[in-house]
Amino acid sequence: MLTVDDLTASYGPVTALDGVSFEAPRGEITAVLGANGAGKTTLLRTVSGLIRPTRGTARLGEHDLTSVPTERMAELGLAHVPEGRGVITELTVEENLRLGALGRGRRGPADLDRAYALFPILAERRGRSAHVLSGGERQMLVIARALLAAPSVLLLDEPSLGLAPRIVAQIFDLLRSLVESDGLTVLLVEQNARSALSIADRGVVLNLGRVVVRDTAAALAGDDALRHAYLGF
Amino acid sequence: MQQLITTVLTGLTLGAVYAAFALALVLIWRATRIVNFAQAPMAMITTYIALVLIDAGMSYWVGFAAALVSGLVLGALVERFVIRHLTGKSEINAVILTLGLFIVIHALAALIFGARYRSFPAPFGLRGFQVGDTTIALTGFGVFTILSVVGVMVLLVLLFRGTDVGLRMRASAFNQEMARLLGVRVGRMLTLGWALAAVVGSLSGLLIAGGGLVHPSYMDGVVVYGFVAAVLGGLDSPPGAVAGGVILGLSLSLVSGYVGSELVPLASLVILMAVLLVRPGGLFAQVRERRV
Repeated sequence: MLTVDDLTASYGPVTALDGVSFEAPRGEITAVLGANGAGKTTLLRTVSGLIRPTRGTARLGEHDLTSVPTERMAELGLAHVPEGRGVITELTVEENLRLGALGRGRRGPADLDRAYALFPILAERRGRSAHVLSGGERQMLVIARALLAAPSVLLLDEPSLGLAPRIVAQIFDLLRSLVESDGLTVLLVEQNARSALSIADRGVVLNLGRVVVRDTAAALAGDDALRHAYLGF
Repeated sequence: MQQLITTVLTGLTLGAVYAAFALALVLIWRATRIVNFAQAPMAMITTYIALVLIDAGMSYWVGFAAALVSGLVLGALVERFVIRHLTGKSEINAVILTLGLFIVIHALAALIFGARYRSFPAPFGLRGFQVGDTTIALTGFGVFTILSVVGVMVLLVLLFRGTDVGLRMRASAFNQEMARLLGVRVGRMLTLGWALAAVVGSLSGLLIAGGGLVHPSYMDGVVVYGFVAAVLGGLDSPPGAVAGGVILGLSLSLVSGYVGSELVPLASLVILMAVLLVRPGGLFAQVRERRV
């Protein structure tokens, strides 16, 4: 379980996160929703140590992640798929995947094969530069790479951005099945609240860096006033 | 015909040395986006370490190995204790800092070893091989120069393409943030990159010194040629650096042989300008998407 408590972070004088608290229980997908600039990406970046908070904690098991260097997150079981630019385009598809597998427990070729079985299109492109991949293929690559590190917590930033609805559905189905079969904990940041709530168990709505509401996904989707005010559907 | 062969052979040997120096610049550029102006004095001072050992009666190879090892250590120290502090600062800071290191190392070498010319031995013959009854412009040391640079190139390719450490180093060079998130100790990889680059730089220092004279400034002229070679091949590409070195060596040797040796520095700058005008990414630039 990932427990965020009173997390506060700022860019210079601008407070981007203001006392954010919530829990992302094990084996569930927690959606982080809100408009542009609500602090969703900052939240993920603060949890994985790319931004240091001015106050508050993010706990994973007995570790307070706010004092763990980013390069040790993978060892602790935290994988972060940042928005858009996660693929290292100068490397081949296979090298990107190998990089993910270098993390915890040095996973071998069998694990790579499992990733290829999950995403056959990556197997076809394995020797090619990741630069040639389409947007959907890149998203598959970063998710496959994150999974190769055998995370217990997966932070996903806008996995649906710029993708065809069919591919989004495919990726979300996969997430759902991983959460149910492996007990993976997912923190999913999405602009597209409707589709995020359709697979999430619960949601946290942010506005201007503060938590507006935390509830189950069904309750959030059913609250018309909230949907109109913050979620845009 | 004989002059052409002579020019080409001289050019190849010279090109191998430029290639090694360019390779050192490229390794650092790739890892940290810094042009290491201090590469020449770093190589110079490690060559002096070899010279001190050789003068003390040890074999050439002990000195050779000591120079490479001290290059490794020096490169790592410079990255860890000087360059590391530049993280997040403006690029001009790096330029000033490596130029500052250039001056400091220079001055130190003059203080410690004296600012005079000293001869440096070569492990192989410096007389051209005999083919029939003519002597060609390829010496035993020249062959050693070419082979050692090719060897270094092969080792680097094997390291970068074939090992996990090499993969981590490349990931750190291309995308530090993502490498960190994937558990790569980026700081260590950068230190290692500088250390390896300094080893290759030291090798170029030893190759230039072999059978000639060393002086605190004996490497300074090579900076220009090494830099042109690196730009020629594309600052990002180690094979490009080697190809750039060889092409530059050959071109300058042709200029020297057929036009006049006084035009060599000018020719190198003309080549630099031509490359920057026509193919600013270098001869071996790949078309890459721009990172925004």
